[in-house]
Amino acid sequence: MYDGGKIITGLVVFVGLVTFPLWSNVGKAAKKPDPKIDTPVIQQLAEKKCIEPKAFMQAEHMKILNDWRDSVVRDGNKLYVSSSGKTFNMSLQNECMNCHSNKKQFCDECHNYTDVKPYCWTCHIEPKEKEKVAWASIEENS
Amino acid sequence: MAGPAKKFRPDQMGYYNKAELSRVNYKPPREDWMDTKPEFRIGNFIYPAKPKNLICVGLPNPREWAPMDEDWKLPENWKEILLEGIAERLEKYRSFRLFMDICVRCGACADKCHFFIGGGDPKNMPVLRAELLRSVYRKHFTTAGKILGRMAGARDLTYDVVKEWFFYFFQCTECRRCSVFCPYGIDTAEITIIGRELLNLIGLNVNWVLEPVANCYRTGNHMGIQPHAYKEMTEFLLDDLETVTGIKVTPSFNRKGAEILFITPSGDIFGDPGTYTYMGYHYLFHYLESMGLDITWSTYASEGGNFGLFTSHEMMKRLNAKMYAEAKRLGVKWILGGECGHMWRVINQYMGTMNGPADFLEEPVSPITGTKFENAKSTKMVHICEFTADLIKHNKLKLDPSRNDHITLTFHDSCNPARGMGFFEEPRYVIKNVCNNFYEMPENTIREQTFCCAGGAGLGTDEMMEMRLRGGLPRGNAVQYVQKKHGVDHLACVCAIDRATLVTLCNYWAPGVEVTGVHEMVANALVVPGEKKRTQDFRFRPLKGMEEEADV
Amino acid sequence: MRLLLPLIAVLALTLIAYAGVSGAGMNYLFGVFIPYAAFLIFLIGFIRRVVQWGRSPVPFRIPATCGQEKSLPWVKRNRFDNPFTTGEVIIRMLLEVFLFRSLFRNTKVDLREGPILRYGSAKWLWLGALAFHYSFLTILVRHLRFFTEPIPFFVKWAETLDGILQVGVPAFYQTDMVILAAVAYLFLRRVFVPQLRYISLANDYFPLFLILAIALSGILMRYFFKTNIVGVKELTMGLVTFSPKIPEGIGVIFYIHLFLVSTLFAYFPFSKLMHLGGVFLSPTRNLANNNRAVRHINPWNYPVKVHTYEEYEDEFREHMKEAGLPVEKE
Repeated sequence: MYDGGKIITGLVVFVGLVTFPLWSNVGKAAKKPDPKIDTPVIQQLAEKKCIEPKAFMQAEHMKILNDWRDSVVRDGNKLYVSSSGKTFNMSLQNECMNCHSNKKQFCDECHNYTDVKPYCWTCHIEPKEKEKVAWASIEENS
Repeated sequence: MAGPAKKFRPDQMGYYNKAELSRVNYKPPREDWMDTKPEFRIGNFIYPAKPKNLICVGLPNPREWAPMDEDWKLPENWKEILLEGIAERLEKYRSFRLFMDICVRCGACADKCHFFIGGGDPKNMPVLRAELLRSVYRKHFTTAGKILGRMAGARDLTYDVVKEWFFYFFQCTECRRCSVFCPYGIDTAEITIIGRELLNLIGLNVNWVLEPVANCYRTGNHMGIQPHAYKEMTEFLLDDLETVTGIKVTPSFNRKGAEILFITPSGDIFGDPGTYTYMGYHYLFHYLESMGLDITWSTYASEGGNFGLFTSHEMMKRLNAKMYAEAKRLGVKWILGGECGHMWRVINQYMGTMNGPADFLEEPVSPITGTKFENAKSTKMVHICEFTADLIKHNKLKLDPSRNDHITLTFHDSCNPARGMGFFEEPRYVIKNVCNNFYEMPENTIREQTFCCAGGAGLGTDEMMEMRLRGGLPRGNAVQYVQKKHGVDHLACVCAIDRATLVTLCNYWAPGVEVTGVHEMVANALVVPGEKKRTQDFRFRPLKGMEEEADV
Repeated sequence: MRLLLPLIAVLALTLIAYAGVSGAGMNYLFGVFIPYAAFLIFLIGFIRRVVQWGRSPVPFRIPATCGQEKSLPWVKRNRFDNPFTTGEVIIRMLLEVFLFRSLFRNTKVDLREGPILRYGSAKWLWLGALAFHYSFLTILVRHLRFFTEPIPFFVKWAETLDGILQVGVPAFYQTDMVILAAVAYLFLRRVFVPQLRYISLANDYFPLFLILAIALSGILMRYFFKTNIVGVKELTMGLVTFSPKIPEGIGVIFYIHLFLVSTLFAYFPFSKLMHLGGVFLSPTRNLANNNRAVRHINPWNYPVKVHTYEEYEDEFREHMKEAGLPVEKE
């Protein structure tokens, strides 16, 4: 007895499973995330720079925010001195979101792409972005 | 073995000191297992098959040789033969090919083998036993093994490897206990069967297997009992039966037109204590005859067991063929099989495939109760314990279990019915109805976890005494446990090899415990119309409360 | 040697990836070419091996029965350890594949003076194996976030569940810890249990080291040497949509991780890791114990030489007649 049918069925299932990423993406254009840094506040900045260099921020921003939270909540220390010597308020809402007021187009862009679910907004109040702007951006992208 | 008693030889139990034997050294040697060689000594191997037996069944390379000699007189192209043999079997058995590939050496099987538990030899861990063959497979049949060699666990097939195979494939009883624990179900029995099949290709086999094979081929049974002698021996035993019960039983042999053919191992007619079970069958059949049982015995198919299983698949088929052939010749409706271990592995897992379809037989129906044995509707062969359990369930037997009150019983699950069939409740049901004092051994030593008698698969000879005693430690120890705890003095089993080998084992590890069969217990308890007042059991021992009368 | 060589091999693989990317700048080779090749080898090798197994028939139905068979209707039977129907076989296989039922039975023997043999429960191997395989599976599933867009619900579930403790940033995955612990356990028992050390081959240590290195490089990348994760996903999405590209700014740690994973994939079909496919084909587990009711067919069953009744009677006829046994020919 060979049970060829069962073996072939098994192999088809196996191939189906391991090639899932190959066939499930067919016909879906993989859109590269494009975080926007063109908020009104940023555009008015003389020097368009974040608190640390861009590459560092890309990789480490979550760690900075985490450190800030601990520092503010546990030690009461609210000032951050950057590597370039400038001083900033350790505040997500008042410092970060002041410039990056466009959560949907900035934060969510990459977080959704890589399925990262930061729990910032379980405590902080999500910024209320105007519905119209949100719709407009969706239309732009599609 | 230091300081053996001088008056004993290594093939005698008394040669081995119990305290010394049970101090097992589990520490593996320092050198790699590929660099160690087996040490052949009297007591741990079996003598080669005699040329006449090989000639009788047409197996290759009949000659006189000895395992302790340097030269084993192999054919010149032995290596070629073996490699071709492996290639052929890889094509024929998915089990073999798969088991060569997928073992991860997790070691779960290691301490499941009775030979390892009692002997400590690392190559008796099932995983290494298989690696003996697997290493050669890797070297000659896989790319990685060819290129990386020893790094990939591969080694060449050398003369020494062949000797190692012979040593270890005849230190495995094909009991399948390890397979129960293997996460992939790798079955060492399968590997040993194929290993022995390969060895047989170049004339490496043991007489304890091949003599029964040759006997069975020619005379119809392992013991080599010729037809007229079979009848005489039966009559002799039935005289004893008459002495005990006052009833003369007259069975029929080779009778055409009977409804049922009964086949049981010849070991039970040949030696005690199997003979009592043999008498038990006759007593039961005699009782049932007046109720409509029409049964006959055969001298041609006078063997239930099949030592072909321990030789090769082909030999198994050649010997098994007699059962259906005889059933057809006699024109019976179905076959009833006696108590035997590996016999039932063959009947349950091989017979229908090999020698079926048995379309000349009918679906078995008990003539007494009308029960249809639907689980046997294809092979048309029913186990005597199934048959008897059904009789008891339907109240067809008049039983007096107090006739077994002089006995405190435990039950040994034989490997093959346990793990090749799942035969647990039928014998227990029968026992509990014929015996008042019944105690189970510890749970890790019964049912699917049962331990081998260490003499199965053709190893049950005194030449193997050391290994049998070692391998028998787990079973013997469990028997000793219930002996001490519950006063158990009898060990019942449904296997003729057990009845031959466990006697020695019990004498050694649990002296005072006797070995019996389920149907000896049944016949002790069976109240047959017209029998005289029973004062003795089949062994001429007084029944409980009858001590004085029995002496008369 | 059996232990050292695989270790050296894994270290060498790490160095090769490091030197290849950071030294020679062969990002395309390590980021695109090798992953594609490895996946192809894995897929074709796996199928070939299973087909090779499938081409050998199962001549006999040889299930290892681990419970009461189906016999008389009033005998309570064990359906899952001794299946009689295909449905019961499927359940037995599911229990075997998903819960490692056979390994769960594991016991440990202890021989004392006397002699007294005692059997203890030994579930550590079962637990370790289960922990290892399920962490591996979870890790595989949550890695799909790099290979799908939009990301399917089950991948999100896997991630949420795995990070449910919400410890640290980036959120700590329990499986990262579990797989390290499980691999360490599986490794240490091989080294410290004398019997296991004796049977272990280089083929046993190599996958352990390789998986350990993969897990470590992944953990380092996530929690310590962070790299441009968006870039990583661009690369992986490029691979699965067959439009490979190498984005800027991906750290060498990623290439090391990817190269080790590629090695594992390519090594898989030629190794014991094929037990993944093999367990489904094991004839002692995947067959029903119903031989006496349903005949199993052996495709290569061939006629054999038997000793017929006629030959038997010819030899013993006179004796038989004398003993009063019936004969065919007078």
